[in-house]
Amino acid sequence: MRNKLIVASGAAVLMLGGLYAWTREAAIAPLQMVPAPGGQDSHRDGARIVALGDCMVCHTAQGGAPYAGGLALKTPFGTIYATNITPDPTTGIGNWPLEAFQRALRRGVSRDGHLLYPAFPYVHYTRMSDNDIALAYGFLMSRTPVQSIPPANDLMFPLNFRPLLAFWNLLNLTSGQSAVPADTGQIARGRYLVDTLGHCASCHSGLDPIGGERKPAFGGGTVDGWHAPALTTLTHGNAPWTEAELATYLRTGLSLSHGAAKGPMQAITEHLAETNEVDTKAMARYLMTIQTQPATTTSIAAPPVSRGDGAALFAASCAGCHGAPAPMMRLAQRPSLARSSAVLGADPSNFILTVLHGVDGARMPPYAAVLSDGQVASLAAYVRSDLAAQPSWSGVSETTAHLRQEAPQ
Amino acid sequence: MSIEVVINGRTRQLQSDPTTPLLYVLRNELQLNGAKFGCGMGQCGACTVILDGQAVFSCVTPLAALRGRSVRTVESLGTASAPGALQAAFIKHQAAQCGYCIAGMIMRGQALLEKIAHPSDEQIRAHMEPSLCRCGTHTRIIAAIREVAHNKAGAA
Repeated sequence: MRNKLIVASGAAVLMLGGLYAWTREAAIAPLQMVPAPGGQDSHRDGARIVALGDCMVCHTAQGGAPYAGGLALKTPFGTIYATNITPDPTTGIGNWPLEAFQRALRRGVSRDGHLLYPAFPYVHYTRMSDNDIALAYGFLMSRTPVQSIPPANDLMFPLNFRPLLAFWNLLNLTSGQSAVPADTGQIARGRYLVDTLGHCASCHSGLDPIGGERKPAFGGGTVDGWHAPALTTLTHGNAPWTEAELATYLRTGLSLSHGAAKGPMQAITEHLAETNEVDTKAMARYLMTIQTQPATTTSIAAPPVSRGDGAALFAASCAGCHGAPAPMMRLAQRPSLARSSAVLGADPSNFILTVLHGVDGARMPPYAAVLSDGQVASLAAYVRSDLAAQPSWSGVSETTAHLRQEAPQ
Repeated sequence: MSIEVVINGRTRQLQSDPTTPLLYVLRNELQLNGAKFGCGMGQCGACTVILDGQAVFSCVTPLAALRGRSVRTVESLGTASAPGALQAAFIKHQAAQCGYCIAGMIMRGQALLEKIAHPSDEQIRAHMEPSLCRCGTHTRIIAAIREVAHNKAGAA
């Protein structure tokens, strides 16, 4: 009897130990000194990889030092603060050998062996080529080291217990190959840039209940209150995208047929502007291959929403730029709001957030202090019905009240 | 049909068309000429007034949006002979060169001081960013706002 007990408790200890070992990988010995920087050419290529991977968008806080982390990433499970990826040896990745950097990208493991949260998109980076990982590493290690520790994550229990991520990885991580796909045509290149480096699905797929990306990919999602549109229906609807329009938009943040990049997408297009044109063209080419057939739509007549003062609000607040005779329309050839993705979308969030907070860089002023929730709804009703000839959105006033809290300026 | 708006503490029945931007109502109907027309597109800040406690560009603020709300312009802060605290600080620091942006600058600064009594320099800079001054007197403008913030600290 006693022997059985000893064997049973021994087995339990072994199992727990094994489970712990399984959820934590070995530390990789730290570097003694930061590696000597590579040549100019490798830096230029590394900078391009880092731009295509959008590393800076998350790893730089507003007004903070580049790559020093600290940006708050709001998730349904709490707030995660981006880490410092400058080559500072104590607070950044300065003592990480390439091997550790590679393991982090392929499997989401920090140099010391702890598991990283999947807000870091290693489920995509895992398929990066060895060469691209080495280039990104060389570029990041040549940045100015910044000593900075991001704020502590604020996650709900039990997700603040990192070993649980091993189970998440079991469900969501398909560890990648180290080689570039054998097919190196333009579409394959585009797929690599969209799926692997650009990790577009992180925002454009939405999350399942445990924070994995919804399948099938690219069905649309929500980030910081913004609606990240489905990427499989770009050729549907009243204002279908062409491949050329998409390539231009990705690189410039502006489509003269669909409007400007806003919200989180604005920063992404700013970084894509630093990459080679051939790459954004490849992304557009690939995205065109994943379009679905438009369903035969049965139009459902939405109950008309009162547009109240909508026309008067538009005349005073918007027409100076968005009215047909305005210089922005006539001289700068900006698209009519009737073609704007934010107006034509089924979800009013992007329209509302644009009205509330404007567009950064003094392109559009914010109206949060000017218009009430009901006035935003009247404006939306006017723009949707009178300008875009679309059925009204419902619940705009309530959504506006909600988004005022969700995404403060 | 008039629209009732509280302007500088007084309830006014405004006759302008509801599509009129507030700036034109202030200057043309009420002869309150402090707020200036700069760009007319909410880009420069010369027309800034305080609406329900917040700085807004009056050139893109519809009269139709203002029923029952409260607007304050630079005229509410003081007069030429008895300037308000922030106006006096702008004069002391000679923060105006051509002066075209100054009414808007003062109202934007006033909105900050009413929200945060003792703003840091960083907060002042971030808050004042939407208002442009082509003459380049920004350091004097910041000094004037800082002085009022510090005086308030002394008084408290």
